[in-house]
Amino acid sequence: MEQQNIAELKKIARIIRKHVIEMVYEAKSGHPGGSLSITDILTVLYFREMNIDPADPNNPERDRLIMSKGHASPGLYATLAVKGFFPEDLLTGFRKINSKLEGHVHRGIPGVEASTGSLGQGLGIGVGMCLAGRLDNRDYKVFVILGDGEIEEGNIWESLMAGNKYRLSNLIAILDRNEIQLDGFTRDIMPMPDLSERFRSFGWNVLEIDGHNYEEIISSIETAKKHKDGPTIIIANTVKGKGVSYMEHNPKYHGAPPASQEEYERAIADLSGDLQ
Amino acid sequence: MNKTESLREAYGEKIREIGQRNRDVVVMDADLSSSTKTAIFGKEFPERFFNMGISEQSMITAAAGLALSGKKVFASTFAVFLTRTYEQLRQSVCYNNLDVKLVVTHAGLTVGEDGATHQIVEDVGIMSGLPNMKVIVPVDSIETRSVLDFLVEKTKTPYYVRLTREKFPVLNQPDYMYKPGKSVTFKDGSDITIFGMGVMVSYALDAAKELKNRGIDARVVNMSSIKPVDRYEIVKAARETGRIVTVEEHSIFNGLGSRVAEVTSEEYPVPVFRVGMQDTFGKSGKSWELFDYFHIGVNDIVRTSEQCFREEKRYENIS
Repeated sequence: MEQQNIAELKKIARIIRKHVIEMVYEAKSGHPGGSLSITDILTVLYFREMNIDPADPNNPERDRLIMSKGHASPGLYATLAVKGFFPEDLLTGFRKINSKLEGHVHRGIPGVEASTGSLGQGLGIGVGMCLAGRLDNRDYKVFVILGDGEIEEGNIWESLMAGNKYRLSNLIAILDRNEIQLDGFTRDIMPMPDLSERFRSFGWNVLEIDGHNYEEIISSIETAKKHKDGPTIIIANTVKGKGVSYMEHNPKYHGAPPASQEEYERAIADLSGDLQ
Repeated sequence: MNKTESLREAYGEKIREIGQRNRDVVVMDADLSSSTKTAIFGKEFPERFFNMGISEQSMITAAAGLALSGKKVFASTFAVFLTRTYEQLRQSVCYNNLDVKLVVTHAGLTVGEDGATHQIVEDVGIMSGLPNMKVIVPVDSIETRSVLDFLVEKTKTPYYVRLTREKFPVLNQPDYMYKPGKSVTFKDGSDITIFGMGVMVSYALDAAKELKNRGIDARVVNMSSIKPVDRYEIVKAARETGRIVTVEEHSIFNGLGSRVAEVTSEEYPVPVFRVGMQDTFGKSGKSWELFDYFHIGVNDIVRTSEQCFREEKRYENIS
């Protein structure tokens, strides 16, 4: 049963990834690399773990997700469309003048909880949402997707302190550790050794997983949900550009679409092969 | 001499009173609550008061999260420290157009002895430039309380409210009610109009007395709404008095003076002379010493008003 469910989730992730490629190719701009690295996690969250209903997007009891790395807009928009928050055929309007699908994540779009794009701010927003939930006696969870380049921002570490101070066990951060940022590899731009230990020393519950392994994604999120003593961060080791052979591990595709019709077709072909 | 009252004390007491009747109001601070007076709220409502430590970015982003979840958020610190969160205000608060009120204290030169590092004279310009942000500079404790009632009862969008450290003269009557975007004329006059912001309004009133001795009948207007600004009253002043002086403990750039000059140049060009900080940092000293040192005191308002008055005559001779 579980294996069947996972197979189903992988199919959905495939559809989302193809949408990502189509969106950035059609727009001739956008950020495929960090969208593809986070797709499996978004799929598990939206199609299995989060308490959300596209027909009732403002239900005060719903779980929230903040895409703090707001450049992963293609990944989030495609996930929301496939989930049914808005029609999938609107995705091709991405980054165009007559579309609501802003280049970076925009709250005017159904299912989007907060506009993001300037890095480092989403974790603080998550802190505020959890504080409000506590005041209102609501038990919703707030998931915050962080980039591993993004955590170079000081705002993140301020918000980690606040999450610890208020022991926000409903706050679950997921770090998309794809090891690449705009200018290159994170280890070269700003090395952060002992990452788990850093978060632990800030008072957070730390889990570490393979961010493309569905069993690990599911079990880490379920563990985090059950954790009642403070906030959790899941360090998800991922591959930037996951699923498209020439984009994987390649800093060039942090913020660039397929460069040609040939590259576009190769990407779609890569995403059409057998699922492991 | 009018009696003086602290605007930040008025804020602390008023927000506590509002907290009693509005359960959605939450207050945040960044380790300055005993100075901003939000501690008064915090003492009565500890569960709705969040001291985020010396972490303004954390405070403002969490304020956005609270507002996104239906809370009415008042976030306070010193004016100078809020400006380090310009981008959090821009992206998380203003772009999302959230119910977050930035009530800051210790703005302007009147921080006095703390000196240049703490005397921010650029904040009104910085905040006015943000889409969706509105900017209010209350003139006294009475207006501060009325502005808070207005913000809680009538608004759901970002506001910047500029308060100060020192006590200011009480100029309004106790039954005064703040009206958004409206100025208040404290003294009518026909020769020249002095628009004042914050404590400078009381200095402008003193200057108007001296101007009367010199045969100049000055109108004095409190411009507590900087954004939106009272365009009607500015144009009316331009038409009726033909000469305008602006007075602010703020830079002459992007504050009250700029705003007034924008409106007159678009709608009814007349000479506008700006009394304010001339593109410079402040320094340590007593407030009243600093006003004279930086040429924004009563004598300077009188001198500038006279110049403005006579400049106008000169223009008339040319034409």
